Amino acid sequence: MRDVLLALEGLTKAYPGVVANEDVSFTIGRGEIHALLGENGAGKSTLVKTIYGLVKPDRGRMVLNGARFEPAEPRAARTSGVAMVFQHFSLFDALNVAENIALGMENPPSQRDLAARIEEVSETYGLPLDPFRVVGDLSAGERQRVEIIRCLLQDPKLLIMDEPTSVLTPQEVTILFETLRKLSAEGTAILYISHKLEEIRALCETATILRLGRNVGTCDPRETSARQMAEMMVGGTLHVPEREAAAPGEVALRLESLSAPSPRAFGTSLKEIRLDVRRGEVLGIGGVAGNGQDELLDALSGELRVAPGMIFFEGRDVGAEGPDLRRALGLLAAPEERNGHAAAPEMSLTENAILTGRVREGLSRRGFLNWGRAKTFAERVIERFDVRTPGADNTAMSLSGGNLQKFVIGREILQRPEVLIVNQPTWGVDASAAAAIRQALLDLASNGAAVIVISQDLDELMEISDRFAALNEGRLSEPRPAPGLTVDEIGLMLGGAHDMEVAHVAE
Amino acid sequence: MLKLEKRQRPSEVWSYATPVIAVLLTMVFGGLLFMALGKDPFVAIRTIFWDPLFSEFAFFYRPQLLVKGAPLVLIAIGLSYGFRAGIWNIGAEGQYIVGAIFAAAAGLALYPMEARWLIFPLMVLAGAFGGFLWAMIPGILKVRFGTNEILVSLMLVYVAEQLLASMALGALKNPEGFGFPGSRNLAQWSSSQNLEIVAGSGMHWGVVVAFLAVIGTYVTMSRHVLGFQIRLTGQSPRAAAFSGVNPARLVLVSLGVSGALAGLAGMFEVTGPAGQISIDFNAGYGFTAIIVAFLGRLHPIGIMLAGGLMALTYIGGEIAQSQLQMPAAAIQLFQGMLLFFLLAVDVVTHYRVRWRRPASARVAAE
Repeated sequence: MRDVLLALEGLTKAYPGVVANEDVSFTIGRGEIHALLGENGAGKSTLVKTIYGLVKPDRGRMVLNGARFEPAEPRAARTSGVAMVFQHFSLFDALNVAENIALGMENPPSQRDLAARIEEVSETYGLPLDPFRVVGDLSAGERQRVEIIRCLLQDPKLLIMDEPTSVLTPQEVTILFETLRKLSAEGTAILYISHKLEEIRALCETATILRLGRNVGTCDPRETSARQMAEMMVGGTLHVPEREAAAPGEVALRLESLSAPSPRAFGTSLKEIRLDVRRGEVLGIGGVAGNGQDELLDALSGELRVAPGMIFFEGRDVGAEGPDLRRALGLLAAPEERNGHAAAPEMSLTENAILTGRVREGLSRRGFLNWGRAKTFAERVIERFDVRTPGADNTAMSLSGGNLQKFVIGREILQRPEVLIVNQPTWGVDASAAAAIRQALLDLASNGAAVIVISQDLDELMEISDRFAALNEGRLSEPRPAPGLTVDEIGLMLGGAHDMEVAHVAE
Repeated sequence: MLKLEKRQRPSEVWSYATPVIAVLLTMVFGGLLFMALGKDPFVAIRTIFWDPLFSEFAFFYRPQLLVKGAPLVLIAIGLSYGFRAGIWNIGAEGQYIVGAIFAAAAGLALYPMEARWLIFPLMVLAGAFGGFLWAMIPGILKVRFGTNEILVSLMLVYVAEQLLASMALGALKNPEGFGFPGSRNLAQWSSSQNLEIVAGSGMHWGVVVAFLAVIGTYVTMSRHVLGFQIRLTGQSPRAAAFSGVNPARLVLVSLGVSGALAGLAGMFEVTGPAGQISIDFNAGYGFTAIIVAFLGRLHPIGIMLAGGLMALTYIGGEIAQSQLQMPAAAIQLFQGMLLFFLLAVDVVTHYRVRWRRPASARVAAE
């Protein structure tokens, strides 16, 4: 056993109506890579925010290096040697790497000294990074390196990483893991938050599992199967989606050289995407966030109109048609962002059912809404997809993220689409609900619909896809049969380790 | 220390209570203002709010309530379409003027024909069309070139005022008016006059149309797809685009509706209470209607009540001016206070106000 670096004793934190952490105790050893596991809402974020000084616990205490540790703010935590890399980066696109890092420092050294130190750290830990590149031009993986190096410059004793691999390709994950192992060998402890169990098994020595705010167990992930850990997280047995194999039918959706500029600044344009999707198949589209996923969904849903001759639904050119006509034909979509895109937060679930269901479910007649039918439809979605809410009159905002996601996906599936495109269908949804959503998508395909699943979760895509393609900088790779694809092959399809060589060249 | 916490959803109770509280606060601070001017605040408040309805001479003032309220309600109802969708037409005053000019011109072109069945409806259509056209200028500029509709519609008010002066002095000037500026009197020509439907009630055709607009808008907002799309666009523009709302079309529709209703208000005014196109025909209804729209929470029934209240302060204000020698500016200030307090008090519908003691004990200060 290593000596204890940080001990948590009986931490409890309650918010109005919900206990985020209840009597959580565990210890992190010096140089240990410690995983913190749990579903969404299990209390992982609250716990690390407590350690980082962002949240003050109601009860319990922390001991760091044998001394009482109660950081009043993140600055105090950093001074004590606790650093954190957040899931969402806080970097300025218009500044270069060194300037961004200087912004986070109390007493920044001169640009030249800082650049030298950045290069030194980046070489020592195998994190190639040019201090003078503008952050706006960096890939997600490189941005994460900026955040990690920013932390390493403080010489931390404990490095907290929140879902660090969700934006990385498999090759980039390998690089990150090497860095983390090296840090661990030098005595820096790492608290690693993730729900990707295979990664945790590859990297971590100890795992603490939270469920509903409580510590429900500790295990050695190297000797525990992913399934066992998942069941500890869920507190029950896990249902694995299954499907009957169906012979692919005729082509339902065809994209021919689909190109479109992004409607947003800093968005990614779509470049010459070619694709055939057949009835009865699930096509998985992987890719690191920000490589054109949103734009592809917008182009298919009809929010983004494209030039003629690019999008064909059952042979009919629909590129210039709006969402209503595409829905009438049977081309349905569910965007990634639930609040404010797939659903209007301040409107009731009944109104949100009208939002996409009006045309296909006949919720209006001669321009007048049929509120009775709309409510019935909303209640059907709520019941069929187990949406936890007191009723259809509640606002979308009042639902938890996972519940709203179930509503949004269920709303499209119950409209019996011919082609359904979903983006991040199980993002933020707990494991059992995610399994239910995947099962519903598979059932839809078995019944003869064509399904396109855009996701950043490769495990999910491998589980349900018949064919797999990758989106990289707005280009789509040639789809390949999903069974039998190796992680390395997928990684290369995703664009490999983005710009890994660049930093070396610049040295 | 006072602290504001965002509510999960806007409080329903407060959204009904705040207009009442705003009126009460306006009375209190308005009273202080009148006191500072050396008037008895209680007499002043009574003169403004009580006398028009219940005094000895109320029979004279009560019809005025409908006459003043109708154009305010009509314009504010139109504005509520755009305001709910986040499209800000500030130029209803201009659309009101142009509607009046179009209506007067259409009628006067046929003068002195005696055919009320033809001329009056024609003028109604022309008025609505004029307001619609004037509102299409900021609408099309916004849709085609992305200009800001607030600035364009506001600036067009001043253009409309110049147009009005030019009409009163030129094209529409009464040829038998001995050179005085202003058109023929449309209220005295039987083909065009917008008279009271029931004598002595103040109930002219504009009042009828205002009530119809209230009912029509209520139905549109609660039952029609257009109302749904307007509310959706106001709350989440991206969800609206996903749902299939065409933003450009919505801009044109909501500006068109507000322009047409403002033009109608101008038509009923020029053929009734005002009687003629003159240099000072417009009385600020188009701007006051913005206050009315917000005071009524952009809800048709609320707008109807708010229009009545605002008409009351107009009439009461006039009485206060003539009986208490109150300056006109003080009355305008008083009306402005109403909007100010409404917006200020509105905070509590969206936020919970908490009083936090330094000793971390919390007491809800609701």
